[in-house]
Amino acid sequence: MIQKGKAWKFGANIDTDLIAPIQALKREKPEEGYVHCLQDVDPDFAKNCRTGDIFVAEENLGIGSSREWAPHYLRLCGIRLLLAKSYARIFYRNCFNLALPALVCAETHRISAGDELEVDPLKGEVRNLTKGESYTCDTVPEHLMRIVADGGLLEHLKKKFKKAS
Amino acid sequence: MGQTISEKILARASGKERVKPGDIVTCKVDMAMMHDSSGPRVAGRRLDEIGVPVWDMDRLVVITDHYVGYDTDESRAIQELCDDWCKSHGVKHYIRQEGICHIVLPQHGHVKPGTFCVGADSHSTTAGAFGAFMVGIGATEMTGVLATGEIWVRVPENVRMEVTGALKPGVAAKDVILKICGDHGIMGFGYQVVEFSGDGVAAMSAQDRMTLTNMAAEIGAKTGIIAPDAKTAALLAEWGVPGVNPDDWQSDPDAGYVKRLTVDGDALAPQVAAPHSPENADDVTAYRNVKLGQAYLGACTGAKLEDLRMAAEVVKGRKVASGTRFLVAPSSVRMREQAAKEGTLKILEDAGAQILQSGCGGCIGLGAARLDDGMTGISSTNRNFVGRAGPAGTKLYLASPYTVAASAIAGEIADPRDML
Repeated sequence: MIQKGKAWKFGANIDTDLIAPIQALKREKPEEGYVHCLQDVDPDFAKNCRTGDIFVAEENLGIGSSREWAPHYLRLCGIRLLLAKSYARIFYRNCFNLALPALVCAETHRISAGDELEVDPLKGEVRNLTKGESYTCDTVPEHLMRIVADGGLLEHLKKKFKKAS
Repeated sequence: MGQTISEKILARASGKERVKPGDIVTCKVDMAMMHDSSGPRVAGRRLDEIGVPVWDMDRLVVITDHYVGYDTDESRAIQELCDDWCKSHGVKHYIRQEGICHIVLPQHGHVKPGTFCVGADSHSTTAGAFGAFMVGIGATEMTGVLATGEIWVRVPENVRMEVTGALKPGVAAKDVILKICGDHGIMGFGYQVVEFSGDGVAAMSAQDRMTLTNMAAEIGAKTGIIAPDAKTAALLAEWGVPGVNPDDWQSDPDAGYVKRLTVDGDALAPQVAAPHSPENADDVTAYRNVKLGQAYLGACTGAKLEDLRMAAEVVKGRKVASGTRFLVAPSSVRMREQAAKEGTLKILEDAGAQILQSGCGGCIGLGAARLDDGMTGISSTNRNFVGRAGPAGTKLYLASPYTVAASAIAGEIADPRDML
C-alpha cells in the first residue's frame, strides 16, 4: 500500500467549503463539480493534480461542513493520500471511508510543493525523496486501514453483506 | 470515579458497563437524521447499491432544508429525488420544507435525552442541548448506519465549560460561544466533548442553549452537551416528548474531565467574529463602523423564535439603514408562524426586514441571502469561511441576533446595548 507521488502543499485551516464550494456540489454528479476544488486557494490545482499525488497541509485540515464531496473531489483530482498535522474529525473519517488514508504527520512544514514523497501508511513512514529526509506519522487504527484495503466503506459494507447472505 | 453524561450514553449505546476516553466502541444508533443534500441523493443511493433495506424505519428522520427556498433546475431535481427515495423506501419520518433540520428535528419530537444519535451534517451537535449525544457524520458513514444501525466511535475526552454569573441585557448564548471560539480557536477542543454548565447556562432558555451546542462544531468538538433540567423537560414536552425526568441523565459529581474552564458571564460583552473565521472573535467595540451591505438573521444557529424576539427587541420602532438589506429566514416554519402570531414578525417587517423561506439558504451561500460579490455582511449564522456565504471576495462578520439587528439599523456594525 506504499504511495509514491508529488506533494501539493497547503497551509492551515483548509475548510471543506474551500475544497468543495457550494456552487459546485449542487451539481448532480461529483464528476461535474470537482474542477472547482480549491479554486479560491489555487485555481490550477484541479487541472494540474495527477493521479497518485499527495495532499499535504498543516493544522486543522477539513474543518467545517461534513460534506463528503470534499475528500471525494480530492480523490477525483487524483489525490491518493493526505498528510496533515491535524484534521477535523468528520473530514478525517470521510477520507478513510473513501479509501483515502489521512495520516497525522507533525513534520509537514518540512515538505514543499512539488517534493516527491514515498509514504508507507501502515508503518507511518514518509520519505521525502527530493530533500532526502524522512518523517514519521501517527499509526492509523487497524480497522480504518481494513476499510481502505477494501476500497472504502461502501465496498467494505458490500463485502460484509455478501458474506452474511 | 464517576462518569460524565456522554460516557453514560456511549456505555449504554455500546452495551458496556462503562467506557473511558480512547476506547474504540461500536454503538447502536437510537436515531439517525439526514437531509436533502447528504441524504437520499448520496447516502440513500449508496444503500441501494449495497442492496439492503434501512435497518429500522422508526429511527430514521429525513428533512429537506438545503435546496429549498429558491427555484432552479438543480434544486428541483434534488427535491424530486428526495421525495422519490423517501416514498419508494417507505420513510416514516419525512419532513419536507419545514425548516432547518437541527431545529425541526427536536421540534417534531425526535430528540430525547440520553440517546445516541447521528446526523449527516456537521451541526448535528445541536441536539446536545437536550442531553442527547449527537454527532455529525459524512454521507458514506451514514450509509453504514442505514445498513447496520451501528457506528464505531472513539470515546472522547470531556471538557467542562462553566458559564459563571449572568449574561447582561443584549448578550446571548451566541456571544458565549463566539467568545469560547475566540479564546480557544476553531479546533480548540479537537475530538473532545464540551459539556456546558454553570449558572449562566442554567439561566438561559432551553432554546438559547441550542446555540451553544450548535457551534460546538466551530470549536473542533466531537459534540457539545448540556445536562437536561426542568426547562429542557418543559420545552421537550411542548415539542412532543413529554415525561422527561432530568435526573436520569446527569454527570456524576466525581466524573473525569480533562479540563475545567470558565467563561465569565457577568463580564461578557457582545462578540463579533471578523472574516474569515469564527475564531476571529472580539468585543463588538473592536469592529464598530464597519459598513454593511447586508444583515442576515438565519440558519440553525440564529433564527429560532427567541432569536427573532431578540432582534425585534432591538429594531422595534426603528428603521433599517438605507443601503443595507435586512433579511430574515426563520429557522423553522412553526417558529415563523409563532413569530407571526405574537407580532414579532411584524416588528421586524415594520423595521424593513424582508422575510425569507425557512432553510439553510444564506448560511451556505444559496438563495436570496447569498452575498453579492464584494459585499460585506453580518449574520447570526455559524461560519464565515472564504467563499461560503458568497463569492470569495465577500466579507462576513458573525454575531448574535441582537448585534445583527442593531447593525441592520445602523448600517454598520453596532453595539446592541446602545439600542436596548
